[in-house]
Amino acid sequence: MLHQGSFQRQVEVGRLVLINYGKDSGKLAVIVDIVDHSRALIDGPTTGVSRQAFAYRRLTLTPFVIKDLPRAAGKTALAKALEKNDTIGAWNKTSWAQKLSGRVARAGLSDFDRFKLKKFKSQVKTIDMRKKERRAAVGPALAQLKKQQA
Amino acid sequence: MIQRTENSQFDKFQALTIGTERLLHRSWRQPLQVRTSTELLLDRNDPVLTMSSTIFSSRSAVYAKKALHKHPKPAVKAADKSAAADKNVELKGGQKRVVPANKASRFYPAEDVPQPKKSRKAAKAASVRSSITPGTVLILLAGRFRGKRVVCVKNLESGLLLVSGPYKINGVPLRRVNQAYVIATSTKVDLSAAQIDEKFNDAYFTKKTVSNKKGSEEEFFEGEQKKKVYPETKANDQKNVDKALLEAVSKVPHLRQYLASTFSLKKGQFPHQLKF
Repeated sequence: MLHQGSFQRQVEVGRLVLINYGKDSGKLAVIVDIVDHSRALIDGPTTGVSRQAFAYRRLTLTPFVIKDLPRAAGKTALAKALEKNDTIGAWNKTSWAQKLSGRVARAGLSDFDRFKLKKFKSQVKTIDMRKKERRAAVGPALAQLKKQQA
Repeated sequence: MIQRTENSQFDKFQALTIGTERLLHRSWRQPLQVRTSTELLLDRNDPVLTMSSTIFSSRSAVYAKKALHKHPKPAVKAADKSAAADKNVELKGGQKRVVPANKASRFYPAEDVPQPKKSRKAAKAASVRSSITPGTVLILLAGRFRGKRVVCVKNLESGLLLVSGPYKINGVPLRRVNQAYVIATSTKVDLSAAQIDEKFNDAYFTKKTVSNKKGSEEEFFEGEQKKKVYPETKANDQKNVDKALLEAVSKVPHLRQYLASTFSLKKGQFPHQLKF
């Protein structure tokens, strides 16, 4: 694949894209065919996105591409290719995906959950603080002991 | 000639005379024809007839036609509620006579005084929204306890909610709240085991009228020194209700601290985007 200038991700058949508009917003899909300069045919058989033409401005390109996906591949072929490469799994591991899922989880928290989260966060903070304090107090003494032993 | 005793009466007479003049005028111009009533009704060109035959069915239509909104409404006196009973009086000759408590006026009203319409509407208690049930944790939005998270104890007949802090946790006593000033959270306290006394109804919260001894000497000397003491029965009621609530609250970790904390919007938070 050719790299065109500084562009790292190209619109191409097999490109995993993130939908950022409409009812499928936040779902993943794969570019199956390119319709014109503004739209592509996308499909997400494993992600709940039906086959449809979608504007590029409502898609975000991810770094993942299904290699050697034939143009206008059918549903089953696409599903197979996705599973074989575990593309979705690879996406889920990225910090980008985790950030998104975290955001969704945050939005779904109830008032009580938010309260508990706040409490847990402050607990973690105090534990970390104590660790730091201990290190600051014990650290120099430990270093001295090590020197003496050496 | 017409004596000008009262303005409005004069106007009425004047109107009458003008009407007859018009009729007379007609008779001078053309011979009077005998017409059937249907013909009379159908004659739309007759200025006199159209005046009287235009029928406005509704009160509001008449109001609009007369342009009554341009004139200030004559004040309507509130109905006198102290209706005394009629008196039965025995006359000297053994005859009986009824003296009415309210004597009818000797005059007919000169002006049309609009009678207030009797309303047949009765305010219905609002139904409580489905997200609020006994045990729901609510966030109070108004009043001196705004921001407090409280437990809904039950729905009252008036449509208000009976709510308790519990008092020991956040200082909110047993009190009634309007559901409009409340956010219902999805958190529920399990009150299935709690027995809430039937006596906690709307009447329980209405203030007792104190005998009005204003101006008396005793009140002057004692009234100011007396400090209102919170009735012990109410304090006990609070404890009894809260006992069941606290038991249920203690079963869920962190719930007690949650109820003790107050709600406020943080930076970047919008109530319509939050899930409660």
